[in-house]
Amino acid sequence: MATLEINVSRVTERAVSEAPWLRRLLVGIALVFLLAFLLVPLFLVFREAFSQGARVYLAALSNPDARHAIKLTLTAAAVAVPLNVIFGLAAAWAISKFRFRGKQVMITLIDLPFAVSPVIAGLIYVLLFGSRGWLGPWLENNGLHIIYAVPGIVLATVFVTFPFVARELIPVMQEQGVTHEEAALTLGAGGWQTFWRVTLPSVKWGLLYGVILCNARAMGEFGAVSVVSGHIRGKTNTLPLHVEILYNEYEFAAAFACASLLALLAVATLIAKSALEYKHQRDRERSLRAAARQEEP
Amino acid sequence: MNWKTWLAAATLGLALGQTALADREILNVSYDPTRELYEAFNKKFTEHWKQETGETITVRQSHGGAGKQTRAIIDGLEADVATLALAYDIDAISEKTGIIPGDWQTRLPHNSAPYTSTIVFLVREGNPKNLKDWDDLLKPGVEVITPNPKTSGGARWNYLAAWAYAEKKYGSEEKARQFVGKLYKQVPVLDSGARGATTTFVKRGIGDVLLAWENEALLSINKLGRGDFEIVVPSISILAEPPVTVLDKNAEKHGTTDIAKAYLDYLYSPVGQELAGKNYYRPVDPEYASKYAGTFPEVNLVTVNEAFGGWQNAQRTHFNDGGVFDQIYKPE
Amino acid sequence: MAKRVIPGFGLSLGFATFYTSLIVFIPLAALFAKGLSLGGADLWRVVSDPQALASYKLSFGAALAGALINLLFGGLVAWVLVRYAFPGKRIVDALVDLPFALPTAVAGIALTELYGRNGWFGAPLGELGLKVAYTPIGVTVALTFIGLPFVVRTVQPVLAGLDRELEEAAASLGADRWQTFRRVLFPALLPAALTGFALAFARAVGEYGSVVFISGNMPFRTEITPLLIYSKLEQYDYAAASALGMVMLLFSFVLLLLINGLQFWTVKRAGG
Repeated sequence: MATLEINVSRVTERAVSEAPWLRRLLVGIALVFLLAFLLVPLFLVFREAFSQGARVYLAALSNPDARHAIKLTLTAAAVAVPLNVIFGLAAAWAISKFRFRGKQVMITLIDLPFAVSPVIAGLIYVLLFGSRGWLGPWLENNGLHIIYAVPGIVLATVFVTFPFVARELIPVMQEQGVTHEEAALTLGAGGWQTFWRVTLPSVKWGLLYGVILCNARAMGEFGAVSVVSGHIRGKTNTLPLHVEILYNEYEFAAAFACASLLALLAVATLIAKSALEYKHQRDRERSLRAAARQEEP
Repeated sequence: MNWKTWLAAATLGLALGQTALADREILNVSYDPTRELYEAFNKKFTEHWKQETGETITVRQSHGGAGKQTRAIIDGLEADVATLALAYDIDAISEKTGIIPGDWQTRLPHNSAPYTSTIVFLVREGNPKNLKDWDDLLKPGVEVITPNPKTSGGARWNYLAAWAYAEKKYGSEEKARQFVGKLYKQVPVLDSGARGATTTFVKRGIGDVLLAWENEALLSINKLGRGDFEIVVPSISILAEPPVTVLDKNAEKHGTTDIAKAYLDYLYSPVGQELAGKNYYRPVDPEYASKYAGTFPEVNLVTVNEAFGGWQNAQRTHFNDGGVFDQIYKPE
Repeated sequence: MAKRVIPGFGLSLGFATFYTSLIVFIPLAALFAKGLSLGGADLWRVVSDPQALASYKLSFGAALAGALINLLFGGLVAWVLVRYAFPGKRIVDALVDLPFALPTAVAGIALTELYGRNGWFGAPLGELGLKVAYTPIGVTVALTFIGLPFVVRTVQPVLAGLDRELEEAAASLGADRWQTFRRVLFPALLPAALTGFALAFARAVGEYGSVVFISGNMPFRTEITPLLIYSKLEQYDYAAASALGMVMLLFSFVLLLLINGLQFWTVKRAGG
């Protein structure tokens, strides 16, 4: 009995996977590609960052202007990401679970912020909120500042990261269809309950990727934010803008130090994701084992 | 800690924040190459103000490409003073917003320019291609690094300096056009900003000569590689007068007109002039000009007003869409 | 039919529409209003200028090339990350998002350094007669870099969520690996891959920060449209800048619509 099982699993293993040489080749190609396009540029950034030693590196990061920039960057991301998560879930739900006219247009509209050049992304807010813009005079009369102040930076960040969560969720939800939700609803679950207990768990990886991408992009955005920031030191400079300032002051090591910090922030979120994934896998294995034990007798 | 303690702490923090905010501050919006100058100057000025009035103030600083900074002011960045690269930019502020009167440039001495600069050549050590004047830049195989005049204010000065030379030497506008056209054929990279071009030349090792602001060239020699580069001064160059002004309506709104005015006056004072010289700008005060004469070689300088009939004209003829610069790159 | 069983249509679509209008639609409407304020003749002159046409060709061409490279290699990376075990996999997985987190200017500087005349890649490639920095190839390299995470991160979750039983069933029915891939895996992954492709393309078209360093910005040769927009702004010509932005947007919108339509069609065909 036992041997038969092993044979079967070996046969299916062969049928659903590739020959070892092909596997190695594919891994090899993928790694070479990533090495050339990601690892080497990243290495360069870190090499430059430490080119004048760790002291300069740490000094660059503990400078008050840098610290303020880090804080502002984190603030912008902390507002933009949750907003876009809520939107992403709503949009993906509507688009993947229902049929309606204009769905294509809706999806394409969601993609559009990607296609908008950062130069334009900043400009549109200037056209709206600038002192010669549509709402500018009104804002000025009420003493409100949007552009060249923190709200403008947050808005620009929301705009450039707008599509991430939605676009990550839509294909995953479409893949899954509606059968699970329908089953839950037939069994008497409420709408929100179905969403929390059935839909959300099944799309959590897609959601997580979306959040991670959204967050990474929110922290790294340069072009659009640069247009609406006004570059006031210690006030409206985000970390990417601070990098530019340092680079333009010929403080190359300090500039790359701040850039490397952004890379590290991104990698840190990814490590958090990996840890979650690992825990999730272990939990599943444990419950599978428990289930197997129950079935044994 | 219970919630009351938290609340108390929060209130205290808020109160402290409020007092911190109560310090008056002014915002100086400037262009790229003045970073080092104003970093030093702001420190001196806040000390000076404290001594004179006992008031603690903060000077905020913003730097960026000149055109971009000007647009930010026009679109509502509430700067109290502007210290920009071209009178053209400040004219645009006056024209489009009415924050300052049209005659702003007459309000301070020397056309409102407390320091001047010019365009020079930065070449590699020993001047291996033997580049002495503008003509040499056209020699075959010489690569010239200068940024794109459509996106960089500094690049416009470079362009106009070359034009002024050619027009004087060859005597006609047509010849000048040909000269400048040939010059730009020797340019392998048009960076979008002046500091980008410096980096391309100095750090990436591209090109034989960099056309640069004098203060930038001196700064890059002293900051990026003493002994690796030399400055060559051409026979004719252009007088760059970076102007400064109080932005009246903004300062009034913030109640900082007194500080803003004193700030600019201080630029003309011995302290300001000294700092300008130290940061490689030519001081306008004769005393400090002679003190720093060793740093600044004598150049035959033409002004934009005499050679081009002012910035408005120069911009329209040369750099606006369809202007001479665009024609240089038109494919035949 | 689904409409009757699943709740929340009004709420989710309503909120999504509201938010999209607020963040995307109204601001872009301002752009169009500004661009159209030029009036027909001037508008046409600005957007059909030979220099603008050359820049469209570069921006769209290089973006397309970059997105294709990403489709191919990004798909492969996603596959390798989900299906195979190899040392350092978690690190590789973590690195994929780097292009987003790195400010685009930093990416541009790093790539220019690498592919420049004296760079680690630039020098050997130069000896082979291939100039990368300051050519359209350099632009393509930068656009590939910034779009890299898209395909990987859209295909990865779908691939991870795919039921392996399907493949096993295909195999037990006698399909070989290639057939299984073509008939079972490929159709299931295609929508996600197309999404990734569309996003990478869209993102690349408008990119500015990383490209200005590596492109050299030579009019008619390596000048991208966003740079042209920037130079309009330098002349305080907001209307012309908006007009060019508008053209790019319309182009992208139509292209995205086509790609999304294609994707929708593949889903439908797979479902039916």
